[in-house]
Amino acid sequence: MKILVCISHVPDTTSKINFTDGDTKFDTNGVQFVINPNDEFGLTRAMWFKEKQGATVDVINVGGPETEPTLRKALAIGADGAIRVNTPATDGFSVAKQLANVVKDGGYDLVIAGRESIDYNGGMVPGMLAELIGANFVTNCIGLEVDGTNAKAIREIDGGKETVSTTLPLVIGGQKGLVEESDLRIPNMRGIMMARQKPLKVLEPVNATQETNSVKFEKPAPKGAVKLVSPDNLDELISLLHNEAKVI
Amino acid sequence: MSVLVYTESDQGKFKKVAFEVASYAKAVATQMGTTVTAIAINANDVSELGTYGVDKVLKVNNQKLDTFNAKTYADIIKQAAQKENTKVVIVSSSADSKYLAPLLAVGLDAGYASNVVEAPTSASPFTVKRTAFTNKAFNFTTIDTDVKIVGVSNNAFGLAENPSSATVEDFSPSVLDNGVHVDSVDKASNKVSIADADIVVSGGRGLKGPENWGMIEDLANVLGAATACSKPVSDLGWRPHSEHVGQTGKPVAANLYIAIGISGAIQHLAGINASKVKVVINTDPEAPFFKAADYGVVGDAFDVVPRLTEKLKAFKAQQ
Ligand SMILES: Cc1cc2nc3c(=O)[nH]c(=O)nc-3n(C[C@H](O)[C@H](O)[C@H](O)COP(=O)(O)OP(=O)(O)OC[C@H]3O[C@@H](n4cnc5c(N)ncnc54)[C@H](O)[C@@H]3O)c2cc1C
Ligand SMILES: Nc1ncnc2c1ncn2[C@@H]1O[C@H](COP(=O)(O)O)[C@@H](O)[C@H]1O
Repeated sequence: MKILVCISHVPDTTSKINFTDGDTKFDTNGVQFVINPNDEFGLTRAMWFKEKQGATVDVINVGGPETEPTLRKALAIGADGAIRVNTPATDGFSVAKQLANVVKDGGYDLVIAGRESIDYNGGMVPGMLAELIGANFVTNCIGLEVDGTNAKAIREIDGGKETVSTTLPLVIGGQKGLVEESDLRIPNMRGIMMARQKPLKVLEPVNATQETNSVKFEKPAPKGAVKLVSPDNLDELISLLHNEAKVI
Repeated sequence: MSVLVYTESDQGKFKKVAFEVASYAKAVATQMGTTVTAIAINANDVSELGTYGVDKVLKVNNQKLDTFNAKTYADIIKQAAQKENTKVVIVSSSADSKYLAPLLAVGLDAGYASNVVEAPTSASPFTVKRTAFTNKAFNFTTIDTDVKIVGVSNNAFGLAENPSSATVEDFSPSVLDNGVHVDSVDKASNKVSIADADIVVSGGRGLKGPENWGMIEDLANVLGAATACSKPVSDLGWRPHSEHVGQTGKPVAANLYIAIGISGAIQHLAGINASKVKVVINTDPEAPFFKAADYGVVGDAFDVVPRLTEKLKAFKAQQ
């Protein structure tokens, strides 16, 4: 089985979010970038496929040279090879187009992407990719088993979960549950050393038109101070929620 | 040319988001000087849509569609959009809509913006305001394609009544068979889901152990709320994954979010910040959550929560 894990390169979850150039660009100053958490679960699941079922695992990012340390980290965790499509990720559709091209050329059977990236929160790349390459698609995926060309997946739905059966080629949008938090792998020294020898291929982009364009960012208005209510006066809390906030 | 809105239902009944996206579609249609067509799949009574400004309902009834299937549903909405010569399609941010929208976008060659919180700020270029960086910022985005898809964030636009008498047309699209088959659905039918809830009661590690969740459930029951939890609580197995909310869990955009024994880490806040009103109950006055909250009680959950539940019961009984 040939597996491709899509890696989105995102600001660490604790990052302060600021903008520059008249609020048109994300300010990367002092920001630490990481593998998108949803993709980290997917990468670990891919490692299990490799170890238990003999798969090869490549990782891919569509982005500029600044994303290479993130790809190297994925190699250190255990991926066999990395691919970077050399173009900035500017909208979901054009990223999906680039990925589709690589998936077709590379003959991948299974593409593991994340449910959404925590920077742009588009939640659109995996579904668009699946549709572009004519593969089956399961998102919010919290469990996946593959046997030959058959796959069983568990999907989180509003208020519960569902089990689906499908076949390869398959794209999934993964999240926590695919593996547990405690299963996540941290690169060790040996992994980091080995990652240096592994191939990181840079591909030039194919033509893809953007369908959406980011114009400007805005930060939420600062919050007013909290109103504290004494634990001995819970009637006041109920009254505030009823009369002032009007939420009960 | 009308604006097409996908109005979701569950077991024949419209979900609340259906009315919110209909309200949103009406606002877009007004901006564009056109009408609203809704597509409803296996909904029993569609007349209610008129209240929110829908002019015409394409009513699909087909047993094969009883279980949601993203690709099949996307294909039906595509057929409706083509039949109506639609330029703008409106969907919600439910798990189902987020699943089908990217498929629909490719099918219609349409640009798609998700998590949109306001009516378009401009019709040309078509510009929407969406959340980004998990609610830490907003992003204005243009959709530049001929056909556009807007995914509306839950509880952001709200309900707007615009009574009109919706005409109903039976619609029998072809039903696409595809490679993803739902084998079984496991859903607690008696519980409010986090996505549908107006009120969410959430517990953190401050509750000490799974055996103490009874008081969280009691409070949620009185309020008709969904229950949720912080990430460590689900990692520890105290509560199921499906209750984990935050940046790496489910997003919450409720009208009221009550956080009990949760410190308010940045990753937790990011995921729940879209909620309108936040209440915190925590023993530590320095807990960061107090900075993000509207109302707070500095106190011991084991003392405060049961008393609050009793008082709310009495309050509800009077209403
Ligand atoms: C990559 C990444 C992603 C993450 N994503 C998420 C996410 O999506 N969601 C999430 O929640 N977290 C997430 N986290 C974890 C986050 O950083 C915090 O560790 C977590 O939110 C803390 O959970 P907590 O508030 O329940 O526990 P704690 O931080 O341990 O807080 C417990 C709180 O309970 C209070 N308390 C104790 N006893 C009582 C009592 N008797 N009555 C009332 N209050 C009491 C304490 O004062 C304290 O404030 C993520 C972390 C990382 C690194
Ligand atoms: N630039 C990118 N390069 C590679 N994969 C990506 C990129 N952007 C998004 N993805 C994948 O698509 C998933 C969903 O991203 P998004 O649609 O941006 O929310 C991510 O979790 C990644 O797996």
